[in-house]
Amino acid sequence: MGSRLRPSALGTYAVLFLIFLYGPVLLLPLFSVNDSIYITFPLKGFTFNWYQQMSQNDQMINALKASLKVAASVSVIATTLGFIAAKAVTRFALPGRALFVGFIMLPLIIPSLVLALALLVVLRKILGFELSLMTVAAGHVMLCVPFSMLILISRLEGFDRNLEEAAYDLGDSALKVLVRVTLPLVWPAIVSSLLLCFTASFDEYLIAAFLSGSDGTLPVFIFSQLRFPQNLPGVLALGSCILVGSVILVTLAEVVRRRGGPVKESGALVS
Amino acid sequence: MTAQDGFIYIKSVSKLFGSLRAVDDISFTIREGEFFSLLGPSGCGKTTLLRMLAGFEYPTEGEIYIDGQPMSGVAPNSRATNMVFQNYAIFPHLDVRQNIAYGLRNRQMTKAAIDDAVDKALHLIKMPSYGHRKPHQLSGGQRQRVALARALVCQPKVLLLDEPLGALDKKLREEMQLELRQLQQSVGITFVFVTHDQEEALTMSDRIAVMSKGRVLQIDTAQQLYEEPNCREVAGFIGSMNFIDGRLLSTSHGDHVVDAGPFGQLRVTAKEGQVLHGNVTIAVRPEKITLSETPFPSSQENVVKGRLAARAYLGDRNHYYVETVHNLVPMAVARQNMIREGQVDHLVGKDIWLSWSPTSAVLLNAASS
Repeated sequence: MGSRLRPSALGTYAVLFLIFLYGPVLLLPLFSVNDSIYITFPLKGFTFNWYQQMSQNDQMINALKASLKVAASVSVIATTLGFIAAKAVTRFALPGRALFVGFIMLPLIIPSLVLALALLVVLRKILGFELSLMTVAAGHVMLCVPFSMLILISRLEGFDRNLEEAAYDLGDSALKVLVRVTLPLVWPAIVSSLLLCFTASFDEYLIAAFLSGSDGTLPVFIFSQLRFPQNLPGVLALGSCILVGSVILVTLAEVVRRRGGPVKESGALVS
Repeated sequence: MTAQDGFIYIKSVSKLFGSLRAVDDISFTIREGEFFSLLGPSGCGKTTLLRMLAGFEYPTEGEIYIDGQPMSGVAPNSRATNMVFQNYAIFPHLDVRQNIAYGLRNRQMTKAAIDDAVDKALHLIKMPSYGHRKPHQLSGGQRQRVALARALVCQPKVLLLDEPLGALDKKLREEMQLELRQLQQSVGITFVFVTHDQEEALTMSDRIAVMSKGRVLQIDTAQQLYEEPNCREVAGFIGSMNFIDGRLLSTSHGDHVVDAGPFGQLRVTAKEGQVLHGNVTIAVRPEKITLSETPFPSSQENVVKGRLAARAYLGDRNHYYVETVHNLVPMAVARQNMIREGQVDHLVGKDIWLSWSPTSAVLLNAASS
């Protein structure tokens, strides 16, 4: 019967799809404990050597630290800017609103390569900045603000403006309205924005490659290490650690978000 | 009434949104402790006027005085007004107690004083055990009460209500109407109530301003509005009304005599101080008309002959639709169902006579347009 076959066909497709999606990712932890520098089957034996090697690789640890620093500051700065822009766009009758939003969204469409080149020319040749982690962060902020703004606009549009007016009416100053009503209600979207900007910055390669000076971020460092096969298992070990770290982070964020109280009336929790 | 009597004085106020005149040169006053309603169809400017009282909008022209103080440049958070929003605007991240205490936390009050005030407010809205519920655990009526308590606990000089009963079902709405009225009388605060529901306005208000297209048509008590509308628009908006156009012929013995074309001459009791032009409209309420299967004996009453076209059964009363000679619009006649039987279905299609006394009708100037 067609109607009975259909769910199982769909199920098979779903399973295949998930394998396609996550299979390669799961190979990472697998080979990170394999006792061989070559990434091929069959597996040789179990070892924690690569993790030890990873922790002793100062260059890699430094690159990791650099990436974490950049990603953390980018997520905070981009989310702050995104929130301010989203608030302006959703709460005030801005003349030329569509144009304004369009300009902020532009980095989503412009190829990163063009963006990176343009930024390099501007920062280095015209403004005369030394390339550093600061310049990388600046480029990433530009890349992340559109994401943050999109997430926050949908949340701000989703909740009743009367709530802010009610707070104002009950004696709050504009700042108090923000702290007592707007931020608590937008909180889930802020968490998503922070997470998204963090990951977007953390694994960004092109802009980081163009704009970093002597101390590169992790993706730039890893790419440079691909030439040395003996270093590869260490990179896999690091990759596995990051994988575990991000799973924990996302789970935590989800728990925090759910405890932060779903806003039933406001529709979707996160855009 | 002079400006001094007015607790709220709205002086030549207009509000423009672009080129749209949402509120068009309105002036009137509201007395202290009054339950005052702004009544009109959607888009008539009543909500805009209310939002100007709250301070969310500022008048483009004119000035609003509350308790003698001009309000221009005074933000909502420093006005002695509080608002109950149409959708209640209960803070979803706070429980009932925190919602009610919200405004009090902006004042120099000890925690004990706030707790005390919140307890009293919860008692007032008959929800003493609901303090720690979250808003999504409340019914529509309960949210409405919490919104009311949250505003009243701030002891405003004026409470502004923006169609607060609109989202409730009919039965609950009628209960809340009564409750709201009693509450207003017990706290003695001036209420300004916006609604498009005429029944609601008539039941609750001391006075009602009927608005249309940004203007105020008439401000009066419920009874005055119903019995003595000052223009065709008010007469048609409140309740149902039969209109007969005609020309004013003469006035004798306190009665206006109107040439109503095919209806012949009809009489309407003159109202003191009313200025009438040549073209007039007679307005008669359906329940003021008497029906008869046989011709009335000649009398002072106005009599019209017609044919019973249809009957609508409304439970407590019947509406009869009567086609009159040369009259395209059937006249409506309402009759209370005092006894269970007494249906007159057999009369449908037959000739019938209508009659009303000159005192029951109102004479209005015909629409000038």
